[in-house]
Amino acid sequence: MDPYQAGYSPVHHTDARVKVVFSVAFILTTALIPIGSWPMFVLLYAILFSLIILADVGVGRVLQRSILAVPFVLAALPLVFTTSGEQILILDLGLWRVTATSEGVEKFLSIGLKSWISIQAATLLIFTTQFPDILAALRALRVPRLLVAIFGLMWRYLFVLADEAIKLRRARAARSGDSGIRGMNKGGSVSWRAKIAGGMAGSLFIRSLDRSERIYVAMLSRGYDGEVRSIPLSRLKPSQWTILIFGLGILGIIMLISALFWG
Amino acid sequence: MLLSVEALHIPDGFLSVLISAILWIVSIIVVVYSLRRVGQNLDERQLPLLGVLAAGIFAGQMLNFAVVGGTSGHLMGAALATILAGPWAAILIMTSVVSIQALIFQDGGLLVLGANIFNMGIIGVTVSYMAYRTGISLTGNSKRGILAAGFSAAWLSVFIVSLSVGIQLALSGTSPAYLAIPAMAGVHALIGVGEGLITIGALSFLLSTRPGLVQPEEGQSVSGMVVWLAGLLIALVLVILSPLASTRPDGLEWVAIEFGFMDKARDSLFQIIPGYELSGISAGPAATIAAGILGVVLILLASAVVMYSRRQRQISGK
Repeated sequence: MDPYQAGYSPVHHTDARVKVVFSVAFILTTALIPIGSWPMFVLLYAILFSLIILADVGVGRVLQRSILAVPFVLAALPLVFTTSGEQILILDLGLWRVTATSEGVEKFLSIGLKSWISIQAATLLIFTTQFPDILAALRALRVPRLLVAIFGLMWRYLFVLADEAIKLRRARAARSGDSGIRGMNKGGSVSWRAKIAGGMAGSLFIRSLDRSERIYVAMLSRGYDGEVRSIPLSRLKPSQWTILIFGLGILGIIMLISALFWG
Repeated sequence: MLLSVEALHIPDGFLSVLISAILWIVSIIVVVYSLRRVGQNLDERQLPLLGVLAAGIFAGQMLNFAVVGGTSGHLMGAALATILAGPWAAILIMTSVVSIQALIFQDGGLLVLGANIFNMGIIGVTVSYMAYRTGISLTGNSKRGILAAGFSAAWLSVFIVSLSVGIQLALSGTSPAYLAIPAMAGVHALIGVGEGLITIGALSFLLSTRPGLVQPEEGQSVSGMVVWLAGLLIALVLVILSPLASTRPDGLEWVAIEFGFMDKARDSLFQIIPGYELSGISAGPAATIAAGILGVVLILLASAVVMYSRRQRQISGK
């Protein structure tokens, strides 16, 4: 379940703070470049793609993740027909006819590409950075300590509780007899099935609660006093500063060019 | 990894930068305030409690049940978290769930994370709280009353959050209001029933095993009143605004155009540089080809570096 892909690439060795800031800046740049500025899309994706190759985490794996955003693209599909502009296609659907415009297609493609590029940038970050390092980076970036501590504990027990959920599901599957007859559902009516799922959720809640009690006692016995302490990160090395400034500089140039030509 | 794709986690690219920024600011204010509230009210036990409950809600979203055909119902969890942990803790729990989903599983974007926290964390929790408290006070403290209140809280929270997502998409100009809002509302009115049924199941299970967990707190505190009012206000505004926005999109379009102007104002910052000459140049196919060539060179360079370092490692491995 942990998406981190161990490796020795320059991307893996870059400081997590640099990677977090650059990833967010990259996604922000992707969001800001104007609709239809295709050369900028090409440049941004080329930068990202070469970083993915450089990280050596498997292009296929990153692309597989990026499929997650695809269903949402449906929400933007109507833009093809509702944006006013140069008509390129008229569809006759019996009752109503819709016209696709080139402006609409341009808008739709831009939104889809932006989303597709952004999700790959986020994927590259999590593929090449251990989550505890991201948490330390968030702390260094002044995200409230208590919130980061909650994230950290959640991360630590996520897999344990996901395991519990999988066990609950397996137990349910083992107990709801499958008649093998088509059209006959396993278990009873829909509301009965929902009630069972709810019971499982309730049971999961109690297990989480009990586990948090045990964790609290364990923390207490190891000296926990309500304060989360962490070793402060060392100052950013000059080489890391150079990478950060160089990266942000390139994003700045891309933004400037796109504003000059397509603004 | 089993993550069902639902339409409440907005990915990057679908909200305008301005709306993302505004919702980030609102979310940060509310989350920081909740952190302070929770820090005051509870003892040091809260940290493991919140972290593990957030993990529990995340895992709870994996519990689904077959509805019909290939579709299945599952949990968002805002209502359950609110009923069992109180509104302030629930805001933090949902914020953690949504953030971890975005950071680790790319379920929802990073730039729009503020909006997703606003929708599922803040709107989901306040509306759940409002509906649950109202339900409890109307039906009394009976088992049946608690279950009915739980169902209404779960259904309403999913429904109102979907309206909010629809309006944000329309405001960003990524989906026309008269399609986005009714589509979101229609689908999630059904999904909300699933959420409600699971919540009832969970509450009745907890009522029979650990009734102490579900008993509502005695008396209404001032902050509880504030959350209740906020929930009511959000629900009312969204319920009234949505049909207006989808049948008469002029108003929403006007706002979107205003936002568009503000985006343009950002660009005019660059126009101070003698940009009008550059804009005149056709930046069409030639620029795209140039960018393509540059991109290919970059990618080849990266591949060369990887090849080289792999060989180095092989040599040193021997």
